[in-house]
Amino acid sequence: MQSTEIVKTAQRQAVLDDARRAMEICNACRYCEGYCAVFPAMEQRRAFSDSDLNYLANLCHNCRGCYYSCQYAPPHEFNLNIPKTFQKLRAESYEQYAWPGPLARLFHRNGLIVCMATALGVAGVLLLTMLLQTSDILFAAHSGPGAFYAVIPYELMVGLASLTFGYAIVALTGGAIKYWRDAGPGTEGSVSWSTLWQAFQDAATLKHLGGGTGEGCAYPDEAFSNIRRVFHHFMFYGFMLCFAATSVATIYDHVFGWVAPYGWFSIPVILGTVGGMGLLIGPAGLVWLKFKADDASAEKNLMGMDVAFLALLFLVSLTGLILLVIRETPAMGIALAIHLGFVLTLFLVLPYSKFVHGIYRSAALVRYAIEMKNAKPSGE
Amino acid sequence: MVDLTKNYDALVIGGGNAALCAAITAREQGCSVLLLEHAPRHFRGGNSRHTRNLRCMHDEPTDVLTDAYHEDEYWDDLMRVTKGVTTESLARMTIRASAEVTPWMVERGVRFQPSLGGTLNLGRTNAFFLGGGKALVNGYFATAERLGIDILYDTEVRNLKIRDGVFQSADVISKGFPYTVTARNLVCASGGFQANLDWLKESWGPAADNFIIRGTSYNKGRMLRVLLDNGVTSVGDPKQCHAVAIDARAPQFDGGIVTRLDCVPFSIVVDRDAQRFYDEGEDFWPKRYAIWGRLVAAQPDQIAYAIIDAKCIKLFMPSVFPAIESDSIAGLAEKLGLDVAALEKTVADYNAAVQPGTFDNSILDNCATDGLTPPKTHWARKIEDGPFYAYPLRPGITFTYLGVKVDAEARMVMANDQPSENMFASGEIMAGNILGQGYLAGLGMTIGTVFGRIAGKEAAKNAKH
Repeated sequence: MQSTEIVKTAQRQAVLDDARRAMEICNACRYCEGYCAVFPAMEQRRAFSDSDLNYLANLCHNCRGCYYSCQYAPPHEFNLNIPKTFQKLRAESYEQYAWPGPLARLFHRNGLIVCMATALGVAGVLLLTMLLQTSDILFAAHSGPGAFYAVIPYELMVGLASLTFGYAIVALTGGAIKYWRDAGPGTEGSVSWSTLWQAFQDAATLKHLGGGTGEGCAYPDEAFSNIRRVFHHFMFYGFMLCFAATSVATIYDHVFGWVAPYGWFSIPVILGTVGGMGLLIGPAGLVWLKFKADDASAEKNLMGMDVAFLALLFLVSLTGLILLVIRETPAMGIALAIHLGFVLTLFLVLPYSKFVHGIYRSAALVRYAIEMKNAKPSGE
Repeated sequence: MVDLTKNYDALVIGGGNAALCAAITAREQGCSVLLLEHAPRHFRGGNSRHTRNLRCMHDEPTDVLTDAYHEDEYWDDLMRVTKGVTTESLARMTIRASAEVTPWMVERGVRFQPSLGGTLNLGRTNAFFLGGGKALVNGYFATAERLGIDILYDTEVRNLKIRDGVFQSADVISKGFPYTVTARNLVCASGGFQANLDWLKESWGPAADNFIIRGTSYNKGRMLRVLLDNGVTSVGDPKQCHAVAIDARAPQFDGGIVTRLDCVPFSIVVDRDAQRFYDEGEDFWPKRYAIWGRLVAAQPDQIAYAIIDAKCIKLFMPSVFPAIESDSIAGLAEKLGLDVAALEKTVADYNAAVQPGTFDNSILDNCATDGLTPPKTHWARKIEDGPFYAYPLRPGITFTYLGVKVDAEARMVMANDQPSENMFASGEIMAGNILGQGYLAGLGMTIGTVFGRIAGKEAAKNAKH
């Protein structure tokens, strides 16, 4: 085990050293300063500590504008490939900041881990449901308030959801704290409302996938396009709408005592349906782009992490929408169990999946906002 | 598939900015155009891939330029650097035309950085390409492909058949196979000869073996030679090139911008024998860096070393190779392979000659040496705070001045002073008509753009007759 750790450390160091070499070349060139936040942040420095590099790597949105513009991109002997270098470093940083530490290894072969977890999660919930209920209840049509709880008892559903989601929150917070301690602004400045607001805007609009002029990024190929930003918006806002749907439903239940399922035109169902559509279109589109993309600047063996998480989101949404459509039929019981299996897995793997990029990227954007507020003018 | 047996309206030789501007213009006028690029796709774009901006006249602020830069000021700047070695009619035409190029460029796939002001303090005079010259080249190639221009990479033109000043055909090697290509018009935008070390040796002797070429390795000047041998009139000093002092550890070719060093004014520069040879603090670096290439080229083995101490390391732009570092001057000499005693003496003599003053790198300050030969007239401070740092310097060749003479229609001018019927030139191969001497940042791209468009337009006119 110890030797694996040594190999791991050496591997991380090699990735950091490569990123440092790349940044030192970029910092002597600076032609790409108009593309995104990485280069203005780079220009604030002459030397790059490991923490700086982790920050810059997580600030990189992988828009790839710099790769196609780079006079030093391979086959040039300087062999610069910033998107790929930073993609590798980001993957290393996800491990470094994982909480609790020993679970960092879940990021090795993350695609496989997420897939296996999903299989076990779905099978487990199905099995549990079958153990809990006799087949005449499981395969009966239920309707009216409490129909879902006839299949899976209310306490169990809420209990499991709270437990897993609560754990995800705790673990994600643990990761965020580790990130902030290592790659946060440290003593160079502090968080203020204005920097938070700036970072929020940058994150919410994916400003840095705009290629500097808003025309989009060099993805999936050399030509500039906003398609990736659009798909990511579908996914992100879809996710947020689903989250809103769940929150509203929780309030309905706990505050007003209105018990699910809710009507087609109720607020939770409308929010969930619209969000669910976004969660189908977004992840599907992003996976499609990934397979279509020119792979010159992508690290192939890190693709599993991305695809597995996107697929999981897609399936959560798909099974949710199917459940909505067939909830009054005898198939509801099984559909519910399958949907909840995916949801349970999503909560469980959240801190050990591609999801974490959103946390670290947002934190990097906050540091960037702080840095730019105190920035000394760059240039010569 | 590109059909090389076709008789094209225009054959464009080269794949940089000037070639692309010509090809796109001709194609937009309805010509069939073949563009031949010697480099493989990854290295396409000639020296344009290393550029960053172009210099534009403008009478009021634009979306990509601040303030104003009038014709007269542009002309004065050109006169200052060329000391009058220019062709006024062509220069003024270029300056005026530069006022209109940026929207044209944007429509054809070039993207500019918003005018920021900060960078290089050139935001007023120069429009910066977002992502630099390679991004510009990518944008133009995408447009060229969309317009249906036939493009071949890995294709070198070896020879041209020219009869009485009229282009007939070109002998080409495309991906290893020989072809003869015919076309009604020729646009030659194939750059200078700075990557041809044998040619450089004709003027510089064996010293040229120690020159580093900052740009593409494909600018061998073959077309320039063929044209001059076929009676095209030359312009520009055949012996001169624009040379700056760059990091000696740079690759032989294509090191581009990152190999530059801005430390000289804060340093002492010594030769192979650890002796100083020129006033490092004569003037601001942007006004002096172009003479240092030649200065280093004149030293034995064409090598020099800039030496600074700890208080200076952060005063200049970071460069791509780390400084060579030691806690003592002796240790530094050993690492550089210099005579220890000689370097210690040079530093000690210099330190002894440094007079008290108030250091200020934003002005020509009063920190100077007294009684030292050569003197250091500004920014002279004792080299005494370890660690000590050194950067090795070699001459870095940016471009050559020799080119073909052209008229206002970008037509090559033949020996009898008559313009060629169907041969046009644009870019570095004719830049010497305007920039006969010196260097003005971003002017090369302006010349390439303006003359590329003219060449394309005139070639199209010819083709329709």
